[in-house]
Amino acid sequence: MFEASKLNQKNDTRQKLFRFGLGSMTGLLILPVILILGTLIYKGAPVISLEFLFTGPTKGMTAGGIFPALLGTILLVMVALIASVPLGIAAAIYLSEYAADNWFTRAINLAIINLAGVPSIVHALFGVGAFVIFFKFGTSILAASLTLAIMTLPVVIVATRESLQAVPLAFREACWNMGATRWQTIRRVVLPNAITGILTGVILEVSRTAGETAPIMFTGAAFFLPLLPQGVFDQTMALSLHLFVVSTQVPGMPENLPFGVALVLISIVLLMNSLSIALRMYLRGKKKW
Amino acid sequence: MVGNPSRSLATDTLQNPVKLGVKDLRISYNHVTAIEEVNFDIHEHEIFGIIGPANAGKTSFLKAINRMDMFNPEMKVEGKITFNNVDVGKIRNVYGLRSRIGVVFPLPVGLPLSVYDNVALSPRLRGQNNKAELDVIVERCLTRAALWDEVKDRLTSLGSLLSGGQQQRLTIARALSQDPELLMLDEFSIAVDPVTTMRIEDVLKELRSEVTIILVTNLVQQARRLADRTAFFLDGRCVEVGVTEDLFTGEVKDQRTRDYVEGRFG
Repeated sequence: MFEASKLNQKNDTRQKLFRFGLGSMTGLLILPVILILGTLIYKGAPVISLEFLFTGPTKGMTAGGIFPALLGTILLVMVALIASVPLGIAAAIYLSEYAADNWFTRAINLAIINLAGVPSIVHALFGVGAFVIFFKFGTSILAASLTLAIMTLPVVIVATRESLQAVPLAFREACWNMGATRWQTIRRVVLPNAITGILTGVILEVSRTAGETAPIMFTGAAFFLPLLPQGVFDQTMALSLHLFVVSTQVPGMPENLPFGVALVLISIVLLMNSLSIALRMYLRGKKKW
Repeated sequence: MVGNPSRSLATDTLQNPVKLGVKDLRISYNHVTAIEEVNFDIHEHEIFGIIGPANAGKTSFLKAINRMDMFNPEMKVEGKITFNNVDVGKIRNVYGLRSRIGVVFPLPVGLPLSVYDNVALSPRLRGQNNKAELDVIVERCLTRAALWDEVKDRLTSLGSLLSGGQQQRLTIARALSQDPELLMLDEFSIAVDPVTTMRIEDVLKELRSEVTIILVTNLVQQARRLADRTAFFLDGRCVEVGVTEDLFTGEVKDQRTRDYVEGRFG
């Protein structure tokens, strides 16, 4: 009664074939990740020490640590966030909660998507033109951070908008029916329930910003600086540019040092991503509807 | 018919002042008519039933009353609805209008706030932030909605995680926290078990001394149990308005009304 017919057998063979094919594609996909991480840890880990993290480079950058670059990256990311997060969240709230669905809104949404697709080197040139030259910030942390902010703005907006739209319309309607204004509804019901998604989006954003090189190399990141920056109008070193410099621009570089720099950079990114994922999992456990 | 207590009660409320007046109402979405030719007055302390099959325009009618058409650019309301003899179409402060009208939806909407905050939301929107006052309001409204005993020990847990029937009573408590003059219930029993339905119906009977109630229902017998008068909506028209008992036993103007209430439809 349950013997496999010809068709059953054919279907079964086909399904096994597909499972194998799809599975091996997935395997191929994680291969580069493992190779990159493995190489970095194998070659970079011996370089890493507290001294490496907290002292400046010496002997034409062929020795010493990466502290100015590490600090610079953190500064750049922080200033970029201060500029992009409030602006992005405000725009996203407007687009999601207030804007009528008309050609103008659609045009803005299209512009945001296009902004996300602009190559980073183009953002860099825009940053030079706008912040370094026009606003006379010079090559500085401020100019570089604002360039990064412009670049990351679309992602903040999209992440925020999606978190807001994930809050069911029924909740808003219940509030409106009670006589709440749109802002009261946003403030008391929508935002408290979207804030977690917004945070995760922002953290993911940070990790992207930390690794960017092109937007900062013309606008504020320096090849080498003997002193730490004293304010946002100073230039700074940055991990991503430092990695480029020590890998390609300095003769007589010890083989392991660039791997150490790369390992620190990728650790920051992975740490941020893990934080974001952990936060998301924690909050998903507390899902409210 | 004279000896029927529910009938005399119904005719009594007709002596009350008009709470809601509806004249030549027409609602359309993108020029497609959802409902038209609605004309009736709802009196204070009346329970006014609205029955009719799906797509009859019942929910659209409720939305027009508290000006929720503002949130839907495709929705157009013509004719006139008066609330306390004021044309709602001319009210500038729609928030004031909406806060006087409590709404209960077909599917319970427990906001993702604590049980306490769900009920305290509307007073807080009005600027009431005194903890002691809020405590009193929350307890009173939850008690009135027959939910207090079940939730008094977990007021801080999420309202959206209560069971369906509890959430619906929470929605009613929230509507009551508005101190509404008019309560609109849109097929409230659709996702609620029969026992809870009966409890809510008892609550509504008690509330009639304080508020006017519009009860949209898909259960003809529910209208018969509760409503003083009932309107029958069909295919975007208000076919009939009459004392509820008359729709079942007395004269009807339109035979389709009788067919519908007796379940001989289509």
